Amino acid sequence: MSGTISLKKGYNIPLKGKAEKKIAGECNPIRFGVKPVDFPGLIPKMEVKPGEKIKAGTPLFHDKNRPAIKFTSPVSGTVISVERGERRRILEVVIEKSGNAYVNFGKNDPASLSRGKIIEKLLLSGLWPAVRQRPYHVIANPEDNPKSIFIGGFDTSPLAPDYDFIMDNLPAEIFQTGISAISKLTGGKVNLVLEKKASKTPGKYNFNGVEVSYFSGPHPAGNVGIHIHHLDPVNKGEAVWFVNFQDVIAIGNLFAEGIYKPERVIALTGSEVSNPQYYKGLSGCSIAPIIRDNIMSWNLRYISGNVLTGTKINADGYLGYYDSQVTVIPEGDKYEFFGWVLPGADKLSFSRTFLSSFIPKKSFSPDTNFHGGKRAFVLTGQYEKVLPMDIYPMHLLKAIISGDIDLMENLGIYEVAEEDFALCEFICPSKIEIQSIIRNGLDLMIKEMS
Amino acid sequence: MDSLRKKLDKIKPHFEEGGKLSKLRSVFEGFEAFMFVSNKVTVKGSHIRDNIDLKRTMTVVIIALLPALLFGSYNTGLQHFRSVGTDPSILQAFWFGFLRILPLIIVSYVVGLGIEFIAAQIRGHEINEGFLVTGLLIPLIMPVDVPLWMLALGTAFAVILGKEVFGGTGMNVFNPALLARAFVFFSYPGWMTGDNVWTEGLMKGQNIIDGFSGATPLSMGASGDFAGLPSFMNMFIGTIPGSVGETSTIAILIGAFILIVTGMGSWKIIVSVFGGGLLMGLLLNAIAANPYMEIPFYYHFAMGGFAFGAVFMATDPVTASQTEKGKWIYGLLIGILSVLFRVLNPAYPEGVMLAILLMNMFSPLIDHFVIQSNIKRRLRRAVLAV
Repeated sequence: MSGTISLKKGYNIPLKGKAEKKIAGECNPIRFGVKPVDFPGLIPKMEVKPGEKIKAGTPLFHDKNRPAIKFTSPVSGTVISVERGERRRILEVVIEKSGNAYVNFGKNDPASLSRGKIIEKLLLSGLWPAVRQRPYHVIANPEDNPKSIFIGGFDTSPLAPDYDFIMDNLPAEIFQTGISAISKLTGGKVNLVLEKKASKTPGKYNFNGVEVSYFSGPHPAGNVGIHIHHLDPVNKGEAVWFVNFQDVIAIGNLFAEGIYKPERVIALTGSEVSNPQYYKGLSGCSIAPIIRDNIMSWNLRYISGNVLTGTKINADGYLGYYDSQVTVIPEGDKYEFFGWVLPGADKLSFSRTFLSSFIPKKSFSPDTNFHGGKRAFVLTGQYEKVLPMDIYPMHLLKAIISGDIDLMENLGIYEVAEEDFALCEFICPSKIEIQSIIRNGLDLMIKEMS
Repeated sequence: MDSLRKKLDKIKPHFEEGGKLSKLRSVFEGFEAFMFVSNKVTVKGSHIRDNIDLKRTMTVVIIALLPALLFGSYNTGLQHFRSVGTDPSILQAFWFGFLRILPLIIVSYVVGLGIEFIAAQIRGHEINEGFLVTGLLIPLIMPVDVPLWMLALGTAFAVILGKEVFGGTGMNVFNPALLARAFVFFSYPGWMTGDNVWTEGLMKGQNIIDGFSGATPLSMGASGDFAGLPSFMNMFIGTIPGSVGETSTIAILIGAFILIVTGMGSWKIIVSVFGGGLLMGLLLNAIAANPYMEIPFYYHFAMGGFAFGAVFMATDPVTASQTEKGKWIYGLLIGILSVLFRVLNPAYPEGVMLAILLMNMFSPLIDHFVIQSNIKRRLRRAVLAV
């Protein structure tokens, strides 16, 4: 099935601050952070204490419910603190980098290893969390046997890094090693999903053991959930796994070098960045060095990830486990006089209720203002315009709100994740917290099914 | 603006919990939100939000209603002056009509918003914007001479029993504006039907000149007076007796254009209501058992409230079908039933109001079947996969 699936529904939010295709340098901070909150539903159990010396690959904490799943340090150095939030929930484990010591997990050719050995190695090294599953969009259960595995080869989210460019800066043979390891995890196919573009150089993606499919269309056409929905939808009782593009490299490093080295090409983006460019770094790196002297104003929102699904972090916060993008936009904590009546030539909106929809303008620099108050569902047929799935979004949301498990199941809860509904949340005139509702629904299902 | 903002910030604490004016919290918040878009920022989920909110949505619908309102003002004056046998200028007619309609609008908003403010205060919610549109729709679907207390009663009934008891904007089953009209229609039929209610002054016993008839095309149809029926062009332009905002098909189509271009009204519903009317009209033409069945099918679009109902009432997102497929069925049935009621049910010359209210009731059922088909598709897929 290597045809093209063209999607019409969706929306590319026209934002200012796309990263120029240039590696500006290394993001090489002193501090790194690993954040249990990056993993929905995880209850972490600490394995290290502040002050302990660690190597890259030393476990920091594990999943309390599935102790085999370890989360390891991306660098060698010293654990300096464990930051906690409300109800002593662990927010981040902070490491100060020193030296270059790696835990040696041993070099292997994945082709020669059994499925069990590969899983064991991924679990030990802290790379297992890179393997996630639908349903629920959480870390995969190592005991499952997925019917297929997906690798998203492009990202359509706002100001997203260009994977094509990233691929040019990555060693293709390591990528192949990663794919060889991943393909052992399923009896089914490994799907590499690429964007259909006229200018695509096909040779670059000639990997063994993958089936390439093409998608085209506006965001969320690059979301793995959309790919799975159209190519191999998840039914009740089934599981499909997926791995982020750049984590394939990390998995490749593990088998080729025997070390945990979650390399990232990071896109620094957003309207408030002076020079939006790419940087090389590691998962969990502090963004301080790339932000310093590179922002244009004060009172900013720093986001690990994109504006739709990313996490708010501080100016010296850490890149999330699954993120390869940092976005900086203005905060919007100011009042606007009669803001809802003005013609709005410079107001960003998916709807055509502002003048901006009728004049050609290339891009916007929206701030974080909420632009209204929370209301009940009023308008209909809006979410459908940005959700290219055979799913009734409003009815699914209402089923979740009312806690109707059967109805949620019937309406496709196994196929969705909050990121697929992020655009619905963005365009919602009633300002409903749709991503939170979806996550609550997924959490409820996990609880109900276990 | 800064000084105004500072004043608001200064008095704000009085209205908050424990403040001496906390009983007026909803009122203060309503006005504050009216003047200033809040400084609230995103906390979780998407970091940026679309500029659209319900206020903007409702504003667009109100703008779409303006052509019908302006023409309605002119036509109210025109009908009045015709009835007394004078020939007014456009401005004269407009001004006369506007002054007659203004009290209706004021009463509708004061009563409706008053209830909304109280409901928001009791619930501890923000004030919902839904009534901004309803409050203008109600005067537009009433005869101009309707007594203000009846209008107030109808509005109160619609807002309290039609909307607030269900939980407010977004929760209601029936279109509130139509409920208000239905309430007045069934409670005080003498003020809502007949030949005298549609022209300003007639109910007050004003003398009219010989030869003037205040009958609407619909009542002519119902009574079999087809000789007196105005030309299609007159009905299309709207210089005929009728409810305030419903007469001019052309003004309503301008509104429809605004709703469709901005995406705030479902074009599927508008098109399918007209489509349903067309089907039923053609069918009746083919049967042609009586003179009413024989009138050209497109007359129905320009007569009575068909166009107004199709564009502004059937498209109410809360009470319409919520699925896109359902919208086609919902609209089609409204169109079919409207014409059917008109022609075959002599008790109610106007069928649109009842057709829409009836379909409001059935729209969840339509959605249910549409969604069941989605569920079945998903289950079938699971079976195939095994």
